Amino acid sequence: MAACSVEELLAKAEQDEAEKLRSISVHKALDLEFDVGNLLACDKNPVESRSFGAQKKEDFLRSLARDNTQLLINEVWKLPTERVEQVIVAKLPEPTTPLPREKPPPKAKPPTKWEQFAKLKGIQKKKKTNLVWDETAKEWRRRWGYKRVKDDTKEWLIEVPETADPNEDQFAKRTTAKKERVAKNELNRLRNIARTQKGKTPGVGLIPTAQPSKDELNRAVSVAKTSTASAGRFQDRLPKEKAPRNTGKKRKFEPLIGDFSSEKHKQLELLKLMGSKRPKLDVTKAVNKQMREEDREEAAARHRKGAGKKGRKGNMSGKGKGGKGGKGGKGGGKPGGKPGGKPGGKPGGKAAAGGGGKRRSKAGKH
Amino acid sequence: MTQLDSVVKPKTKRSKRFLESRAPKLTEDVKTAMIMKGGNTSETVTKALKDIHSLKKPNAVLYKKKNITRPFEDSTSLEFFSKKTDCSLFLFGSHNKKRPNNFIFGRLFDFHVLDMIELGIEKFVSLSEIKANKFPEGTKPMLVFAGEVFDSDAEHRRLKSLLIDFFRGPTVPAVRLAGLEHVLHFTALDGKIYMRSYKCLLKKSGCRTPRIELEEIGPSLDFVLRRTHLASDDLYKLAHKQPKALKPKKKKNISHDAFGTKFGRVHMQKQDLSKLRTRKMKGLRKRRGAAVAEEGQAPKVAKEES
Repeated sequence: MAACSVEELLAKAEQDEAEKLRSISVHKALDLEFDVGNLLACDKNPVESRSFGAQKKEDFLRSLARDNTQLLINEVWKLPTERVEQVIVAKLPEPTTPLPREKPPPKAKPPTKWEQFAKLKGIQKKKKTNLVWDETAKEWRRRWGYKRVKDDTKEWLIEVPETADPNEDQFAKRTTAKKERVAKNELNRLRNIARTQKGKTPGVGLIPTAQPSKDELNRAVSVAKTSTASAGRFQDRLPKEKAPRNTGKKRKFEPLIGDFSSEKHKQLELLKLMGSKRPKLDVTKAVNKQMREEDREEAAARHRKGAGKKGRKGNMSGKGKGGKGGKGGKGGGKPGGKPGGKPGGKPGGKAAAGGGGKRRSKAGKH
Repeated sequence: MTQLDSVVKPKTKRSKRFLESRAPKLTEDVKTAMIMKGGNTSETVTKALKDIHSLKKPNAVLYKKKNITRPFEDSTSLEFFSKKTDCSLFLFGSHNKKRPNNFIFGRLFDFHVLDMIELGIEKFVSLSEIKANKFPEGTKPMLVFAGEVFDSDAEHRRLKSLLIDFFRGPTVPAVRLAGLEHVLHFTALDGKIYMRSYKCLLKKSGCRTPRIELEEIGPSLDFVLRRTHLASDDLYKLAHKQPKALKPKKKKNISHDAFGTKFGRVHMQKQDLSKLRTRKMKGLRKRRGAAVAEEGQAPKVAKEES
């Protein structure tokens, strides 16, 4: 009896639940696809195409829309909710439907020449305050820009240096210097842009640098000379001017018909060379080559060493020092150098480096 | 125009800020639409354009003047306008004898036309014709697409993606439940596409989830598909490319099997098994003469269920 009543109760409860849910449940042959992040639902069930009247069609469309919306709403209501300022909000997941972007993803800014150099040398940017205390004006001023501190173009009195020409305008000199610095900065900015766009920077002619080298001047002269309508053919030479070096050589051919004796001579020479079994070796040239190669290798090794020593706080360089120092210490017979103490830390390594051969020789020179 | 590090540098902070707002971003702004009309438009088209503008309102620009251009023949002027107003969606309405009541939905990528789909309006009921309570401006609509064609046919699939892009509004982290008021329902039936817009009424159902009743508010349009201009596959793919920074970082040493069970991979030090105390049995006792080296090596990586 008791068991029966329990079953009945359960059945009744189930029925009630079903009754409740009936108003919000919709049955579809295929489940809908949801993208709740976009509040989007896709119903893939085939829509029955029957001939409707105009009014009936509207009703059909609305009932279809109602069912689909109900399913979407059911999905949204399952999401975790939150109360924000007395309003219930549902947290939406990320949208899953792939949609094209508006613009391509942003590219990283290409490093400027200075940034490249700074990275190579391990120079890091230091954050500086924007405002600086100005002692003379007794107020806070910008570090740079308009109304900056220590603005040397805004001084009302400048002492004329003893070596300077007394008629020279010192004020104008400073303003022009400032203008030139600004122009140089702008030029460098443009050069950076050109470099990143793989365009040609002004490579020919005289590039405005602080102190053009002899080579650069020579190149500028030769470029200027050949920049005529006849490619510099009728250009006069200066009295002591040398022919430009490292410029392309023009090929010259023998005349096709004419004196055959030189050609014959050349061919015979060639045959003789090929016929003789002795290898042709220019001893001086070979020796020179060998010597130059050795020099180059030595220089490379020295450079590598130097770079290791110069490195700032790099872990690697520190280790290198320690290792080297250990050897030096052994050689010097100092007890301070730890032979196998790689993880011995910096102080030990440094002390050992002090006993190194190179340092010592330097100390001796001083 | 949008290049920030171009040769011409912005002279004021304001212009710099403006260029920054136009520059490509990691997470993009909401796509805005420009709604314009061609050389000739019928009343239907003009009204329909206005209604679509009011659906899309905060993220749309309605062009008041005529623009005598044919997007399918030459889209340069569209691209120019998109650059000018920073819009990447457009809706172009026109009317002529060959193609009466013509709508062109389109989207652009990097200021070049990606997709264009031409739809002819067969029937139009405007927003003002139906007397009903409307929803507030800028409501994020719920989008529903019905019909198998939206999944099977390539053009319809692209149209679906375009319409989602056009109408979805901003992507939001959370939504107010009582604010889900607007439903846009697209039905593909008998070669036509029915666009209906309903106001959603939340009724009590006896449980937590409300029962939905819909009330038509307009605009309602019946479309037929006309010409299409779809992006090539590689361009379409390029437009979908997400920046690396947005991709979720892969978590190491965690995996899942087919049943969704989570596995963790633990890397351990080599165990010293020489000090392991095992149960002593008579049979396993070392014999005097036998070799001692029979201790097994511990596996380097132990798999454990977490």
